[in-house]
Amino acid sequence: MKAGNSRRRLVDRVYDFVSALLGSSALLFLFMILAVLAVFSLPSLVVNGLNFFTTVIWNPGISTTLTAVRGFPAMSGASYGMLVFFSGTLISSGLALLIGAPLSIGVAIFLSMIAPKRLSASLSFFVELLAGIPSIVFGFWGLLVLAPLLVNVVEPVMAQYLGFIPGFGGPVYGYGLIASGLVLALMIVPIVSAISRDAMSQTPIELKEAAMALGMTNWEVTRKVVLPYAKTAIVGSLVLGLGRALGETMAVAMVSQSALNILPMTVYYPINTLSAFMAVTFDSALTDPSGMEISSLAELALVLFIITTTVNIVARLLVRRGFISSAEHLVQV
Amino acid sequence: MSAKEPSQPARAAVGSPNSIGRSTRSGIRGPPNYGVRRLRNAVMTGLAVASILIVLIPLADIIYLFVVRGLEVVSWPALTTITVGTGVEFVGGGISNAISGTIVLIGLATAITVPLGLVGGIYMAEFSDNNRFSEVLRFVADVLAGNSSMVVGLAGYFIFVLYFGWGYSALAGSLTLSILMFPYIFRTTELALRKVPNEIREGARALGSTKSAMINRLTLKFAMPGILTGILLSVSIGLSETAPLLFTASFSNYNFNGAFLHNPVGFLTYVVFVYSLLPSTSAHNLAYLSSFLLITSILAINVVARVVLRRFSKV
Repeated sequence: MKAGNSRRRLVDRVYDFVSALLGSSALLFLFMILAVLAVFSLPSLVVNGLNFFTTVIWNPGISTTLTAVRGFPAMSGASYGMLVFFSGTLISSGLALLIGAPLSIGVAIFLSMIAPKRLSASLSFFVELLAGIPSIVFGFWGLLVLAPLLVNVVEPVMAQYLGFIPGFGGPVYGYGLIASGLVLALMIVPIVSAISRDAMSQTPIELKEAAMALGMTNWEVTRKVVLPYAKTAIVGSLVLGLGRALGETMAVAMVSQSALNILPMTVYYPINTLSAFMAVTFDSALTDPSGMEISSLAELALVLFIITTTVNIVARLLVRRGFISSAEHLVQV
Repeated sequence: MSAKEPSQPARAAVGSPNSIGRSTRSGIRGPPNYGVRRLRNAVMTGLAVASILIVLIPLADIIYLFVVRGLEVVSWPALTTITVGTGVEFVGGGISNAISGTIVLIGLATAITVPLGLVGGIYMAEFSDNNRFSEVLRFVADVLAGNSSMVVGLAGYFIFVLYFGWGYSALAGSLTLSILMFPYIFRTTELALRKVPNEIREGARALGSTKSAMINRLTLKFAMPGILTGILLSVSIGLSETAPLLFTASFSNYNFNGAFLHNPVGFLTYVVFVYSLLPSTSAHNLAYLSSFLLITSILAINVVARVVLRRFSKV
């Protein structure tokens, strides 16, 4: 009996240990990613130094001569500056948040405060389907439908009537900042609205009833009771959406017109983002004989990692529920 | 019933705008600014309705565009023959190479990720007791899930393609995908297990069951619909990835040949990305066909995931 007991306890201990070991693969993955990016970006960190963060021009200098800079091979005419991609990432994600935030909150208000229960459930399902559509398909749609619509209809009208505002005048392109911002906005709506709606519908019914009993209109109940109650979660979900937008690659790569060496001067300009640039430049970076361009891409990846992780930690502090919102959301139905 | 009666007329009086509006006109003091407040309520309701329409219209358009256009280009030869030509010249033929490659990549990635994520999730819910280590793991999984797939893709290239010397290959692609899929299975398994009532665990332990037997025979069974949902969702996440595979699987015009190393493999999202930017109609048709396959399979997975959760949940 005693021997049996200890064997049984051993089985449990082995299970405990093995499962902890397999769970630790998360640590292994993160460590591997950071380690290789750090190692491979070392030449770029040493050779490009601070210029990487302060210059606009990205030119691998393929046809120039191979020299050595501080012990690393480099092309004599090469210049690596991330400002175009860094600013493009921040501006397009900011625009996405500017458009996506009111939309998502509107959707959340509609789903939790206005729509009848049946309608709300089926509409929520459709909005969440939006989250499942691959970003490449969003990009294809942007290429086929959104950008032509922008260049033919929306942007000429904007340029004509809003042209007096700095940044809104000048020639229109269609593929560029506005297209990227709109596609990104559409992509963050499902997450933001799902978390916001959940938070809003958790408002205690007593509070809502008390407000109604005081004669408040539906909007006043929303504005004065429900929104303050859900405020933290809504802000957190917006930061989470921002993190999504910052790291989004393919949709932006297809509609941003991949700007190189120019900063956007108007809202119609072509732009580029850190991740989209990495996706479209990878192949040509491999042809750089000094290997400096791929190293610089690794440094871009590190920069992107730091930005998204910071944003995500902020969001995590705000929304206790964590990041895997869509999946978690579904499991918790 | 009689207890409810007094409250119903009262609520109707407050809720219905007409009654109060009338009383204001008839000289009885009504709520101040009621007209303005009602107008504001109507405007805000209108804005909320407008925002859901603004979100649903693109969704409907995307589904219409790719399902309808996709159905036009679906044909048996397009699904069963390989792609002819490369991005630089004329591209035509079918996409069986991309279909078979996607199935191999996703299948292998799922086979690698499920044991890791599932057993890891069991640790989090059943063994960790919310200790410091599990907090760290949860945090790291969230960082992984919140990151750009591009970063993981580039790291995958450096690790698997260069450092391990596997070249562009099915294994490099699948392992990169599994890094992206892992956090979802890991966290949903934990959440699904945590939803199993503690009474079940206490009952099993009180009857003398080991913890292992309790997990394998009871809690896992109760949590299975939630776990399956998480696995299905992670599959749909793997299906929609493009960038990481560009760096690790590259692309091939040939069907998967059984080699997991040193042979590039095709995948559907590549077809959409590269061929949609080419001028020829035949290339565009392949991009439409791939989008159609991606959207329909992901929608199907989403629907199945929900059905699994609703139909089979016992907890």
